Amino acid sequence: MITATIQPTFSAWRGQARELLQRGIRPEHVDWCDATQTPALLMEEPAAYTARPPTDIKVPAEFLNLAASVCAHTDARRFAILYRLLYRLTWGGERHLLSHPADPDTRQCQVWAKAIGRDIHKMHAFVRFRLIGVDEATQREQFVAWFEPEYRIVQLATPFFRKRFASMDWSILTPHECAHWDGQDLTFSPGVSQSEVPDADAHDDLWRTYYRSIFNPARLKVQAMQSEMPQKYWKNLPEAQIIHELISSSGERMKQMIATPERPVKPMPDNAYLKKLHGRKRGAEGEG
Amino acid sequence: MELTRKLEILADAAKYDASCASSGAARKDSRDGKGIGSTGGMGICHSYTPDGRCVSLLKVLLTNACLYDCHYCINRRSSNVQRARFTPEEVVQLTLDFYKRNYIEGLFLSSGIVRSADFTMEQVIEVARQLREVHHFRGYIHLKTIPEASQELIEKAGRYADRISINVELPTQEGLDKLAPEKNLANTKQAMGGIRAKIEETVSARKEASQIRNAPRAKAPVFATGQSTQMIVGADESSDALVLARADELYRDYRLRRVYYSGFSPIPEPSVLLPIKPPPLVREHRLYQADWLLRFYGFDVGELLPREDPNLDLELDPKLAWALRNRPLFPVDINRAPRELLWRIPGLGTVNVERIVAARRHSRLRLIDLQRMRVSLKKVLPFIIAADHTPRVAVLEAANLRHRFLPAPRQLELNFNAPPPATPQDALMALSGQL
Ligand code: SF4
Repeated sequence: MITATIQPTFSAWRGQARELLQRGIRPEHVDWCDATQTPALLMEEPAAYTARPPTDIKVPAEFLNLAASVCAHTDARRFAILYRLLYRLTWGGERHLLSHPADPDTRQCQVWAKAIGRDIHKMHAFVRFRLIGVDEATQREQFVAWFEPEYRIVQLATPFFRKRFASMDWSILTPHECAHWDGQDLTFSPGVSQSEVPDADAHDDLWRTYYRSIFNPARLKVQAMQSEMPQKYWKNLPEAQIIHELISSSGERMKQMIATPERPVKPMPDNAYLKKLHGRKRGAEGEG
Repeated sequence: MELTRKLEILADAAKYDASCASSGAARKDSRDGKGIGSTGGMGICHSYTPDGRCVSLLKVLLTNACLYDCHYCINRRSSNVQRARFTPEEVVQLTLDFYKRNYIEGLFLSSGIVRSADFTMEQVIEVARQLREVHHFRGYIHLKTIPEASQELIEKAGRYADRISINVELPTQEGLDKLAPEKNLANTKQAMGGIRAKIEETVSARKEASQIRNAPRAKAPVFATGQSTQMIVGADESSDALVLARADELYRDYRLRRVYYSGFSPIPEPSVLLPIKPPPLVREHRLYQADWLLRFYGFDVGELLPREDPNLDLELDPKLAWALRNRPLFPVDINRAPRELLWRIPGLGTVNVERIVAARRHSRLRLIDLQRMRVSLKKVLPFIIAADHTPRVAVLEAANLRHRFLPAPRQLELNFNAPPPATPQDALMALSGQL
């Protein structure tokens, strides 16, 4: 048995997996451990390998994408199952494994990757930047955001922000890892605590005004809202502060609408354009 | 008037337009360091309001003053709603400020009609022009256009926008004559035809430009990549068959990206011409389901809505209702049937159909395989044959098969007879988990 203790990142897993694979180590002989979760264990001396290493290991690009996602997950089994998938794809000769969605290993990795994809998508949606100032030298506006992703997705999710907000300076801070953009480079640093982030922006009030006004109290569907915007995200969304108020006042607003006396039809104003419209219509009807 | 108050009025005035999509735009970004924003790929919903709708764009009217008298609309000239007007600069600044904070993906701008169609369009276009040309805004812009506006202005709008839309509002001209006397279906279709031609012309010109290898590289023309529309449901007598037939025509003849269905709901300034009772919300939901079946599952309107039954079943999804009417076609063998037949199995979506087609090359599929794909077995079992399953003939033929799929009685009451959920208080309780 070999114990592979790695940092919980894709690149650490890939390096380790490549080495094990070259030595032909079977997946059932590897015990994968997260170095941040376990007391440091030395990697044990490998058993003398029995198989001939493949001269060069080729895996589909699709696998690498999948693996990068799966490694960002937090399920303790991910490294082992991913290695088993890799082994089967290469040594096992099951080259079409990834297109076999009923295979339990493929399926499990796809389920994890999907959860990661969703988490990334929610980060793109729910990060809220706060303006903290303007850089004196460059005149660039500087923004900071606090976000709590479910998985370790900061490196996977931030290139999107670089494309979209290239012309402002920004930092996205999370408990595990932070990302920073200064117009030149995207850099990463260790996680911080929320106390380092300003907790409001001058525009939050205007944004809440918009949120309040775009809501239609005659169509309350709280379940639908929650399934797309789960409550765990609410504490960092400025607009979520007024959700309760909107829900509890909607019944009353609806009653008022129904009780309002119906407005009569007003006559057509004296407007040349309107007259032309109505005239043309009547004309068309006459012809038809 | 204060900006906050204007925003209140002009967002309130815009909320009855269901469209919010921000997907399907051409890829662009601001990595050149000039301007701000990006589009392309999946749209993002930046928030959700308690009506379950996604907030992806700043959706406002430039003004809610309007000459027209559309009776389902809070902005019609007969309404006593307070009127307001943004300046183009105000909308531009709001869009940029909201965008930089990642509240939104872009702007959806429409307007009440003042003076004339052309005058109104010019104002709307000016906002888009400033965003694109002065601020190099690369985010999403959706402009509502007026069918009576000149072709030239519609084309100009299309150069700045990622999407343009014209609402047909109601499926028939009779309905419009009664409820929106200034609107004209023929004009709408003609304008949609013009937009379609322009979109297609641009796509092929782009292709050509990308094929020309020699410098100087031909500059590809710019135009919106899609158009969409909205129909209001339940404000007039139109059946679902009429609504869907109109949608189908628009998809086919004008290549619309989306038709939105908006169940008519009470508005603060009700008109004498409108029904007091709104249609059940679930009707809108069933229309969307049927719409997907038309676009992605190879169904046609007549199959979903036979002449003798022109309205969708509110209790069952339309595919299931179709399957129950067409039982002799089942059971379908998931290990052999072509895609087109798999699409027709209730409970199987296109994604799972692709998975089945891929997986069955490797082995004969059993129920456990379906379960792993998270297919609801309860729903599919009567309709399929798998390696380890053949439904009993009696089940498929049973007169009470329908009952198997009906929601539990209590839910039934909640979902269909009363506006769900029962009261705001219930909803709050459900939220906090308190009793
Ligand atoms: S044209 Fe009709 S739908 Fe549009 S704002 Fe005016 S009244 Fe409302």
